[in-house]
Amino acid sequence: MQNYSILSLARNAVCSHRNWRQAWRSPPLKDRYDVIVIGAGGHGLATAYYLAKEFGITGVAVVERGWLGGGNIARNTVTIRSNYMRDESIPFYVKSVAMFEGLTRELNFNMMHSKRTMVDVVQTYPKMRELRRRQLTMDIYGATYEQISTAELRRRIPALTGGGADARLPIIGGMVHTDAAVNRHDAVAWGYARAADARGVEIHQQTAVKALIRDGQGAIEGVETNRGTIRARKVVVAVSGHTTSVTETAGLRLPLRTMNLTAFVSEPVKPLVDVIVNCPDSGFYFSQSDKGEMVIGGAPDMGQSFRRDIKQHVFEDTVSAMLSLFPAFKKLKLMRQWGGHLDIAHDASPIMSKTDVEGLFVTAGWWGGYKAIPAGGLTLAHLVAKGAPHPLMAPFTLDRFRHLDFIMESGTTTAR
Amino acid sequence: MAHDYRRPTGGRIDRNRKLRFHFNGKPYDGFEGDTLASALIANGVSVTARSFKYHRPRGIVGSGVEEPASLVELEGADASANNQITTVAIRSGLRAKSVNCWPSAEFDLGAINQLFARLIPAGFYYKTFKWPSWHLFEPIIRRAAGLAAAPSDPPAHGHFEARHAHADVLIAGAGPSGLMAALVAGRAGARVFLADEATEAGGSLLSRTLQIDGRPAMDWVADAVAELAMMDNVTHLQNATVWAYREHNLVVVNERKPDHGALLERSWRVRARKVICATGAIERAMVFANNDRPGVMLVSAVQTYVNRYAAIPGNRAVVFTNNDSAYAAAADMAAAGISIAAIVDCRDSVSARNLEQVAGIEVLAGHVVTAAKGRKRIRAVTVSRRDGGTAREIRCDLLAHSGGWNPAVHLFSQSRGTLRYDPTIACFVPDVPAQPTLSVGAATGRMTLADALRTGAEAGSEAASACGFDSGPCDVPESDDIAYTIEPLWRVDTPGPSGKAFLDIQNDVSVDDVLLALREGYSNVEHVKRYTTGGMGIDQGKTGNINIIGTIAQHHGVNLRDVGTTTFRSPYTPVSFGAIAGLREESVLFPYRHTPITAWNQANGAVMYEAGARWRRPGYFPREGESFQDTVNRECRAVRERVGVYDGSPLGTFELKGRDVARFLDFIYTNVMSNLKPGNGRYGLMLSDDGLILDDGVAFRIDEHRWVVSTSTGHADAIHQHMEKILQTLRPDWQVYVTTVTSQWNNATVCGPKAREVMTALGTSIDLSPESFPFMSFRDGTVAGLPARVMRVSFTGELSYEVNVAPRHMRMLWDRVMKAGASFDIEPVGSEASHVLRVEKGFLSLGHEVDGTVDPYDLGMSWVMSKTKADFLGKRSVDLRRQGSRRRRELVGLLPLDPNRAIPEGAPLTPGGRKEATEGVTTACVWSVVQNRWVGLGLIENGRTRHGETAYARLKDGAIPAIITAPVFHDLEGERLRS
Repeated sequence: MQNYSILSLARNAVCSHRNWRQAWRSPPLKDRYDVIVIGAGGHGLATAYYLAKEFGITGVAVVERGWLGGGNIARNTVTIRSNYMRDESIPFYVKSVAMFEGLTRELNFNMMHSKRTMVDVVQTYPKMRELRRRQLTMDIYGATYEQISTAELRRRIPALTGGGADARLPIIGGMVHTDAAVNRHDAVAWGYARAADARGVEIHQQTAVKALIRDGQGAIEGVETNRGTIRARKVVVAVSGHTTSVTETAGLRLPLRTMNLTAFVSEPVKPLVDVIVNCPDSGFYFSQSDKGEMVIGGAPDMGQSFRRDIKQHVFEDTVSAMLSLFPAFKKLKLMRQWGGHLDIAHDASPIMSKTDVEGLFVTAGWWGGYKAIPAGGLTLAHLVAKGAPHPLMAPFTLDRFRHLDFIMESGTTTAR
Repeated sequence: MAHDYRRPTGGRIDRNRKLRFHFNGKPYDGFEGDTLASALIANGVSVTARSFKYHRPRGIVGSGVEEPASLVELEGADASANNQITTVAIRSGLRAKSVNCWPSAEFDLGAINQLFARLIPAGFYYKTFKWPSWHLFEPIIRRAAGLAAAPSDPPAHGHFEARHAHADVLIAGAGPSGLMAALVAGRAGARVFLADEATEAGGSLLSRTLQIDGRPAMDWVADAVAELAMMDNVTHLQNATVWAYREHNLVVVNERKPDHGALLERSWRVRARKVICATGAIERAMVFANNDRPGVMLVSAVQTYVNRYAAIPGNRAVVFTNNDSAYAAAADMAAAGISIAAIVDCRDSVSARNLEQVAGIEVLAGHVVTAAKGRKRIRAVTVSRRDGGTAREIRCDLLAHSGGWNPAVHLFSQSRGTLRYDPTIACFVPDVPAQPTLSVGAATGRMTLADALRTGAEAGSEAASACGFDSGPCDVPESDDIAYTIEPLWRVDTPGPSGKAFLDIQNDVSVDDVLLALREGYSNVEHVKRYTTGGMGIDQGKTGNINIIGTIAQHHGVNLRDVGTTTFRSPYTPVSFGAIAGLREESVLFPYRHTPITAWNQANGAVMYEAGARWRRPGYFPREGESFQDTVNRECRAVRERVGVYDGSPLGTFELKGRDVARFLDFIYTNVMSNLKPGNGRYGLMLSDDGLILDDGVAFRIDEHRWVVSTSTGHADAIHQHMEKILQTLRPDWQVYVTTVTSQWNNATVCGPKAREVMTALGTSIDLSPESFPFMSFRDGTVAGLPARVMRVSFTGELSYEVNVAPRHMRMLWDRVMKAGASFDIEPVGSEASHVLRVEKGFLSLGHEVDGTVDPYDLGMSWVMSKTKADFLGKRSVDLRRQGSRRRRELVGLLPLDPNRAIPEGAPLTPGGRKEATEGVTTACVWSVVQNRWVGLGLIENGRTRHGETAYARLKDGAIPAIITAPVFHDLEGERLRS
């Protein structure tokens, strides 16, 4: 893999940058691999990379319907955090956050990893109770979460001028998660792709899987694509939002629902907000990118849908809630918005698992799965390579649905 | 010198209304009707901006929303961050400054970046700034990026609003095709909604000198506008951008300054049966060395400035084109007094009709402009034959260039219609619509006025007829435009280091950057965009994206069709968040729900809490000199020792009627309800289909087929949906009608050992003796002279009467309760005291013990799980889960060994208090007035078998040991609540 550094940049500048090598190859498609990973998004690429790096499995093809890095990782609000509720979740995300911190060096690709703290703006006591409950449990696993006063909250977020004593939902305090970070989503995809490619993994773009193929015994045998049949004894499905569409081609039904989520960015402005701001009671969160845009996400549209249209009323609710806390943003302009979809399990926890189809693995149900890319990739690679789950992901297999032993990460509310 | 840049007559400006404004601190004059761009051009200003990355001097490139180069920040009352200079109408007192330059656009220290240009090609930041950490570099990069500063305050005056509208035909764009469509559909009687982004109607006709029916085209526009104004069925908005096209033909329109009052912007949500995209076309740039220098402008922009604004962007011009549209513009430029040194056309032959228009001007066919010279203003361009040969330098201070036209397919594409690359006109055009959408005129790639009028008329007729309105045959006026041909030229290859050629002027993305991305394997159009940032600016690449696509296609040796476009996303042009929200903020977004007692509570010093479902309830009623704990203890003691009262109105209440209510309740509650006799009620639990507790509440049978069901306050809406979902999907044949009566009944709940005496003092027609009115029953009658339904339920563990009355009687009832209770020292009780009272009693609370993970067995409520019913919602799931091996966390009481030490709510319980996986959680901990110590509730693994053992609540700095007990600390047998 060609080394990237200020020195290599200077060397290449001399010859007008004509000698940079391709970040990844476009090799011919073979008809057989050891492992096929469907989906060159964050989890697919990371899984392929760790298969090669940690387990020496390099006969890996990542097949992608569109362009690599074009899945949900392409339209992402890049929030990396570990403030979860349950014992099963916290150590997994703590690991992922730590891996993200070292990823720039690991992949020799600047992810622009910016550990900049997430601040929760709390406006109701039930929410405060729920977040405080996380605090002491997180401490057990080394994740930081501290309660701060409203005055301290306003000091850290000067643009937060709404939510005063007379507001509809006055701010009652905040929580600070110093481990939280943002980075550059495309760089994560490209960094993993480049490093995986350098270790022999093949990435095949514009290669759409039409169906999973099973052999006479029912085990997975390969995939049918628009470029022909590719065979492998192990196939990983990493296609957020489309998981059930792919697995049903093998007759496999999964406990997932697909729903829509939107995000949007403002025009770029000079630095205004340094932290990740999360306002759970109002239903939105944002951070300011290094380009200066406010990258804003809202609550999902709870209706099940494979469509990705932006629901105007859901979008307006998000904007309205934001303006109540940040009234100066009224004159800030919307520049671009996205609609996407994701699949979610009943307990809002991910599924990384073998399936009832021998040789078929899924990584799905990612609800904010961006933060989990490194740990998700590593532990899924472990499962695929060794046939047994990595300890960090053992709770997240499909087994938990046999006796409905959910890992509830939908908060402490009972009405879901 | 200013007069040199303004034509003596003409233009759509009001020369009687001179306006003084400030740009970059200097005063200038312009006229009503000018944009900031046209006024500055008329003042001879050429450097209006600095570029994003290299801080190169930049001027005005376009004349509308396509402007890529010049962004201004507005100051003062208009404060607004990044505005295209071409879209800001001037007014007296306007203050604007160029973004992202210091100290000024004219002299910008950031230009030092140009020295490092070779070190900072596309994506350089992915390769460096890694050591020792990105954190070292990030603050500098952040300050350098970001363009303008965000407004620091909301608008000082004025407001935003939103409106809904329905239309038969919505037309986006009031150019010739849009006006024609509106006339035809409007005359037919259809409800027409016509919206156009410009200050006045006319579209391209505002900039050109064409004729319609032998008259100036703008006369026809004026007649059309006047005719539309006469039609009651037509809504015609200018300054109104259709910026989003959603599912089900919902379009969103942003109307700016709709009146002269306080309304800043109005958002229209219009649901249309047919949408006509009459969005016109956008001229695209040519790509050659230094194509970003001030003085290099789009041909259409120059034409607009000379015709519409009577402003003269230069004295001596070269026109560079690959298509026919530049010739008429060149003629207009010449007519405006601009000396045209040459027309450089990359095509080998130019049609006679084109040449006729520019008689006397040198036309260099088969030539290209290879570079512009000059830094803050061009002074010459170099021209050579397209196939090479020696370059010739032509002196000029203006280069007007046209790379052809892109139909504005943004809305069509947002609606999920597919695009098709049309090689004959070298652009992407609408292909298959996904919704009831029609595209007309230049928005389809038909570039002549005749086509615009004809297709507009046809679409207007088709759309009207689809809505049931017959337009009959319609006359299409005559026009004099000439045909449009083009030969694509995605970029001019310039050998040697003659300067950067920009594909995206706003983000400083050059041809070299795109080629570098392609060399490095970023081969997809989305990769190129993301790696180089090309097309990611405020303008979203309206003039430049096509050249990036062309460059990619050339590199791969494929057709543009195979490269495709990046996704067109809303908004078409930036929209302020204020306009999107309209008036919806604060209590309009999250309405308050009040009870008739809210005012009383506030007057009596209650600290009000958000209580879920938008209700606000009193948290506690502090008195002078009391601590928080003092207050809560006082309120608790009142209930335990004497009597208290609270306003229970927010509790979710539903009336269920119908033949099948009883079996419906048996289905949604775990226990049996159907055997209740009228007049009686029962506490019950509802499960979700996942076998976890969803809600608790009480059901009372009023008569055979009529029930009242109460739910928790915060979940009332969710439970309503839950019931309706079951009735509409699982049991559609059952006759059950659910009506929300939460706000039809209010109640004062009188609770405590003296409750009966207070009720007696109030005066009631109901026999209050426990024998005739026992716990869990209700009676109708009068209380304090008011018609009431009294229910004996208890959430405090004490004798309680929930006195329900009509809302209009509630305040009267409350006052009478306080009066009758005075001699018993009655006190109002807030939710804090209620919390303590229910913990003492071990009553569960949603969000505390019921945290989304528990079933009834976990809470020791096996009695609530009916053994007799064949099925009920969640039964199978509970049974399935109980067959598993996972240890369950069970409800217990927790008595801290140190009775004066509280356990923080939510504190995890871990084995021995060690730093390891939790075995439970503290769900609540309160100071008990009956135990005179802290008492807690918790969920802990196998808790019911561990009474008497010690549990440890782990804190960051140690652990709190607590004895595990049964989860009840008061009146174990429940004698008091039944008394």
